[in-house]
Amino acid sequence: MSLHSSSFGRSAAHWTPNAHAQFLRHRVDDPSVGAAFIVAFPLLWALLASFKTELEAVAFPPRFVGFSWSLDNYRQVLGESDYLGALRNSIIIAGGSSLLTLLLGVPAAWAMAFAPTRHTRALLLWMLSTKMLPAVGVLIPIFLFYRDWGLLDTHLGVALLLTAGNLPIAIWMLYANFKEVPGEILEAARMDGASLTQEILIVLAPMAAPGLASTFFLIFTLAWNESFWTLNITTTDATTLTAFIAAFSSPQGLFWAKLSAASMLSIVPVIVIGWLCQRQLVSGLTFGAVK
Amino acid sequence: MAESEHEFVGLANYLHLVTDPGFLPALGNTLALIALVLCISIGLGLALALLLERAVLGRGVLRLLVISPFFVMPPVAALIWKNLLMQPTSGFFAWIASLFGVPPIDWFASAPLIAIGLIVAWQWLPFACLILLTSLQSFDREQREAAQLDGASALAILHHLVLPHLARPMAIILMMETIFLLSVFAEIFVTTGGGRASTNLAFLVYSQVMFQYDIGVASAAGVVAVILANVIAFFLVRAVGRSLDA
Repeated sequence: MSLHSSSFGRSAAHWTPNAHAQFLRHRVDDPSVGAAFIVAFPLLWALLASFKTELEAVAFPPRFVGFSWSLDNYRQVLGESDYLGALRNSIIIAGGSSLLTLLLGVPAAWAMAFAPTRHTRALLLWMLSTKMLPAVGVLIPIFLFYRDWGLLDTHLGVALLLTAGNLPIAIWMLYANFKEVPGEILEAARMDGASLTQEILIVLAPMAAPGLASTFFLIFTLAWNESFWTLNITTTDATTLTAFIAAFSSPQGLFWAKLSAASMLSIVPVIVIGWLCQRQLVSGLTFGAVK
Repeated sequence: MAESEHEFVGLANYLHLVTDPGFLPALGNTLALIALVLCISIGLGLALALLLERAVLGRGVLRLLVISPFFVMPPVAALIWKNLLMQPTSGFFAWIASLFGVPPIDWFASAPLIAIGLIVAWQWLPFACLILLTSLQSFDREQREAAQLDGASALAILHHLVLPHLARPMAIILMMETIFLLSVFAEIFVTTGGGRASTNLAFLVYSQVMFQYDIGVASAAGVVAVILANVIAFFLVRAVGRSLDA
């Protein structure tokens, strides 16, 4: 089959009507198109449902396009529910914890990449192993501590937990990025009298900017979607979108069109972010083991 | 305060946990859920990666479609599947069943663990697929072309060249997913809300604390979950450590 596609590639270089026909045939035949649509179908289906009325959303047989397309669900979710409050909490918590993660992660990764000791490798692996701890194993101690410290249901409390959870991934991603930067350049800057802060902010940061950005976005996405701590230690004040959506699980009538609209509003920002950094995603999530 | 409240109880909590009628089913559910999700996500992920790797047109768009479920927050994924797809009277799957004249499946009543497994597998399929795709793209083309010139069939190439090349990424996927799958929580929380047939260790800890107020037994269950994760993490950390040397 790969022979077929390579010959296709050659014919595409010399564009002829015949090649155009082949091009179209290939597109229709290609089973990967169907497969990709099946994988994304639940999302596309919910997207459709978000434009239906509640009655159309539960119509049987289902309506594919023949329904009254409307934005009412979005209007209601934005206007009448506490969606905006949950959105605000999600932005504060995911954004705040991602910034804090970078603030702690950059110096750590700098030290490991440019001033390694014989313990650096062991330290990196130890950090990775902390990520392996199932959160549920520390639910009780965290809950008791947070109750005593007044951190339950606060932005700070949730953000600190998400920071702790994401820090190993961030340090690994940053470490992998910093390793690509030639250490001689940093050394030269140091020779020229740059302070450590200048060295990191003026010399290293611009060179590692793409890596810093993709680390931030991956961490932000993970924090945005985190659904263990956000469901367990928030009740009202710090309720995130995950908890807001989870509240739809107690059915007080048929709210599926509205659920779909709220779902779309909650996932679109991070899906777009995910699309933008899918390349770094693989090495980030496999701790550099797959590149 | 009663003295007994701060008494050291030795292994009593573990004894309570092991003799709790909910413990063994929860352990079994945890392992069954992991096995189910691994099989589906890696099996279909591999098939999908092989398809996408040779997709010629719109590869970028197809990739975006395929990886999207990975970025969907678990409560959204679970509720979309539960209410829009698996709902037995108006769900999409019920409609498909009606096209074939079969009665619809009431997923969460008759097979809650499988239903939850399908939802979780859908979220992890992109992860497996993306890693295998990345790895396939680093596969040596010359090696494949040489094999083709020597008359090797597509199946033989897959079996003798491609699959061995994918062994290590597959091991990484297996371990990473297992670690995360040990603590599947939100999908159970918003669909069945527990119950003997779908409670895993993570949810057992949660329900012991929230409904039984038994912090001792819950902590014991938490420690069991940590030990399980550590067994797997041991191998994972070694595999990743090898890539540090390279």
